[in-house]
Amino acid sequence: MSLFTRFFLRNRRYDDISVSIREHIDERIDELMEDGRSREEAERIARRDFGNVTLIQERSREVWQWQRLESLLVDLKHVCRRLRRSPAFAVTVVLTLAIGIGANTAVFSVLNSVLLRPLPYPDPQQLVSLRLTAPGAPGLAEFRDELRMSPSMYLTFAAHNRSFQTMGVWLPGTAGITGLAKPEQVNTALITDGVLQTLGVPAIAGQLLTAADQDPRGAQRVMLSYGYWQRRFGGDPNIVGRIINVDSQPRQIAGVMPRGFKIVNYDFDLLVPLAFDPVKEILAGFAYHGIARLRPDITISQADSDAARLINVWMHSWTNGPHTDPFFYKTWKITPALQPLKQAVVGSIGNLLWVVMGTIGVVMLIACTNVANLLMVRADARQQELAVRSALGAGRWRIARELLVESLTLGLLGGAVGVAIAYAGLRLLTAIGPENLPRLSEISLDGRSVAFTLILSLLSGLLFGSLPLLRYVPSLRGAQLGAMRTASLSRERQRGRNLLVVAQVAMALVLLISAVLMIRTFIAMRNVDPGFSAPASLQVMRISIPETLVRDPQTVLRTQNSIQDELAAIPGISSAGFAASVPMSGAEPNWDMIFIEGKKYTSEELPMRLFNYVSPGYFHTAGTRMIAGRDFAWTDIYGLRPVGILSENLARELWGSPQAAIGKYFREFPSMPWHEVVGVVQDVRENGISQVSPATVYWPSLMGNLYGPGPLDARRTVYFAMRTNRAGTQALISEIQQAVWSVNSNLAVASISTMQDIYGESMARTSFTLVMLAIAGTMALALGILGIYGVISYAVSQRRREIGIRMALGAKKSALAWMFVRSALVLTGLGVAVGLGAAAALMRLMRALLFGVSPLDPVTFIAVPIALAAAAVLASYLPARRTAAVDPVEALRAE
Amino acid sequence: MAKNPEQRGLFPGALEIMILQSLRLRPMHGYALVRHIQRVSDDLLQVEEGSLYPALQRMLKEGWLEVEAGTSAKGRPTRIFRPTDAGLRHLEQEMASFEKMFAGITRVLVAAGA
Repeated sequence: MSLFTRFFLRNRRYDDISVSIREHIDERIDELMEDGRSREEAERIARRDFGNVTLIQERSREVWQWQRLESLLVDLKHVCRRLRRSPAFAVTVVLTLAIGIGANTAVFSVLNSVLLRPLPYPDPQQLVSLRLTAPGAPGLAEFRDELRMSPSMYLTFAAHNRSFQTMGVWLPGTAGITGLAKPEQVNTALITDGVLQTLGVPAIAGQLLTAADQDPRGAQRVMLSYGYWQRRFGGDPNIVGRIINVDSQPRQIAGVMPRGFKIVNYDFDLLVPLAFDPVKEILAGFAYHGIARLRPDITISQADSDAARLINVWMHSWTNGPHTDPFFYKTWKITPALQPLKQAVVGSIGNLLWVVMGTIGVVMLIACTNVANLLMVRADARQQELAVRSALGAGRWRIARELLVESLTLGLLGGAVGVAIAYAGLRLLTAIGPENLPRLSEISLDGRSVAFTLILSLLSGLLFGSLPLLRYVPSLRGAQLGAMRTASLSRERQRGRNLLVVAQVAMALVLLISAVLMIRTFIAMRNVDPGFSAPASLQVMRISIPETLVRDPQTVLRTQNSIQDELAAIPGISSAGFAASVPMSGAEPNWDMIFIEGKKYTSEELPMRLFNYVSPGYFHTAGTRMIAGRDFAWTDIYGLRPVGILSENLARELWGSPQAAIGKYFREFPSMPWHEVVGVVQDVRENGISQVSPATVYWPSLMGNLYGPGPLDARRTVYFAMRTNRAGTQALISEIQQAVWSVNSNLAVASISTMQDIYGESMARTSFTLVMLAIAGTMALALGILGIYGVISYAVSQRRREIGIRMALGAKKSALAWMFVRSALVLTGLGVAVGLGAAAALMRLMRALLFGVSPLDPVTFIAVPIALAAAAVLASYLPARRTAAVDPVEALRAE
Repeated sequence: MAKNPEQRGLFPGALEIMILQSLRLRPMHGYALVRHIQRVSDDLLQVEEGSLYPALQRMLKEGWLEVEAGTSAKGRPTRIFRPTDAGLRHLEQEMASFEKMFAGITRVLVAAGA
């Protein structure tokens, strides 16, 4: 039977019942009138004899109903009617809850998408990141928390491992695409065979790159990302097999990867095969990310010990060239530390997300206590009504159920509005797109988020609903009709509210302290000298000159020199320069140890130094101060003079002072000529404001070749920096583009931004945390103050009689007001005491997010409670002042 | 709310049997049914409206009765109840079990009195 016919039939049954009953009464009336009674009398008797028509009708109807559900619906109807009658209350509660639930849902969705949801690859639990650490290579940790893999390591691992189904290494890079429209720089992922096979996602067109593409003399095709295929080729279905010029080398397109596919966390345009030549590889070259798919029966620790064995094999199989010690790397203590790929993707953001989730959860708790408070006041007002109903025979459960239905309805309404708020918030978040939030594109409101919201709504409804319930329902037993002024009863009720206020103050204090600590972190970071000046007027861009375009390193340098000159000639640009890496740009660092002249090295534990390669004028342009000595000159560079510039911390470490370092000599390894220190520059926060400045060696941008073939080695990918007041304007960017093309029309400009943007991104994590905590702290403060205000003003209204008596007995008005303020201060004091303890314990967890301020910063821990107490005084003084308006005569006469 | 304190409550199922038996003789509407039972029992039994109408609905739902539109003696619209085959079968079964029960109770009472 369909639902419709069932309802139809039921309505007919209801008609039958009422017709029968009506006829029953009418017939009885007729009979009574035949006995000689008047119509009125007959009607009265008939109705009296019949009993309660509505009740009998309802009982008869109930036979046809799903009883529980429908009586719930009736409850619901009552609740809605009541809420409509007090819209201010309903709107306040629903909005409070909606904001709380919305914020929680939004943060949970982020947490769920980033941390909880599995990676979008088949059998993601088998995927691992081939992470290695090298605790014996001091200084490495200053710019890398791991040791990446070298090509020779990859070749060894791939050939001899016993733990992986497949494995591969990859590296992010860029390439110039020419021959399509304008020359264009695209993001590439350089991958070996095994990377795509490990991730296990099939192509949507064509086929995956294979081992054949890895042959240095082989086909070497490329694959497109879905986005690049759509953007540049309009989703052309016949794309497979077409030829494009990648870094001036023609390559065939093998296939297209599906939408949203990333290499681990990297969003690429083009997949380019790596083609290592085993004949030319050496031990070194630690630049590659390794990933693998474990065999189903292998655990990570088993794979770790397999990798440890492979590292041994690797050291036996390769060298760094003649006269080098292949077992030198033993001193580095290279240790496998494989981790689930998800952990590698998520990184350190997990910690932050849990902190934010906890914070928002606390705000939700405060919101719930406020709502509970409101409901208690409301239940107070309804006390009489409930008592009357209870006296008329409404069961306690019946009343409790109705109160619960009311609070659950409020919770669900808040949840519904909250989902809308969360949805809007997430749209906003993905639109802003914080750079360092992994898996951003995967963030969405999914079933789990909605389930979370539902559970949260119901739980909060139960929480704030049961508090008034516990208070009122037991007291309904002895119906206290009219016994409404029993002092002890209202005092007990007041105690419940007081407890809520103490809890609120404590939670607000914790949030405020964490917010203030973040503010102090932010200020501390702003005060750090990053090693460059006025980032807003520093324009930065990246240009790569591939070997296929310009073969000769000397010509590369000349091209870069010409670009620098052309840029400096643009009106409004006061100076220009270039370097292999600008601070916080995320460029792959180069690093090694250095030896200084005249020192005997017995210990092999030499620290690693960061290497950078700069042009004359770069330091001046970036605003990096010369501490001693001089900058490079073009003659140094073209003349291949053995000179170098050191960072201040490195100069101090090696020779005691920047001045003492000038004229001293150092080199990277014995076959290199001694290089003279000609200058010392200030330290640069290379990896972000909150990271230490690494000890850095700045080399000339053209040097004798020490690694590969050919006599010279130039930096082919460099960042140009320009000092200009026009930084970031569209007009300037097109002039820059023209200047570059005037030197070589095949060059593309990439990563154009101002240093301010790069700087801002490196602060993004702190600013994001700051904003979240500040919002949460402000909400908590506002809710806490409202709580105090509510409790005191309610206490004042409840104690009017007492105030009247006290006034009649001669109490001063100010003393009476103080009495209330004092009680608020006692509550605040208790809350502060609890909150300080909790904050001291919790702030330790935030240590990783703080910079330049202790988690137990005394200023914060003293100032915040004082501010909170001041707010409490204000919040209680306003209602306490109303005691002055109490007229003792009226107050006493009132009852 | 018993109308007459001297009356005792019916045991479960008794009301249904009386309704079915009465309607077997003649399909009736609700008021006529009340009157009929009162008259036949010589006013010893009085059916409460509060039990009758829900009981009628229960029996409709069980499929023991069916209902049709009709008119009362005064020509007003009402609903006439009549037993179904299932209802009559139910009546037979219940009567048989009642008779057994009465026989049992009677024997016990007689033995106790002897």
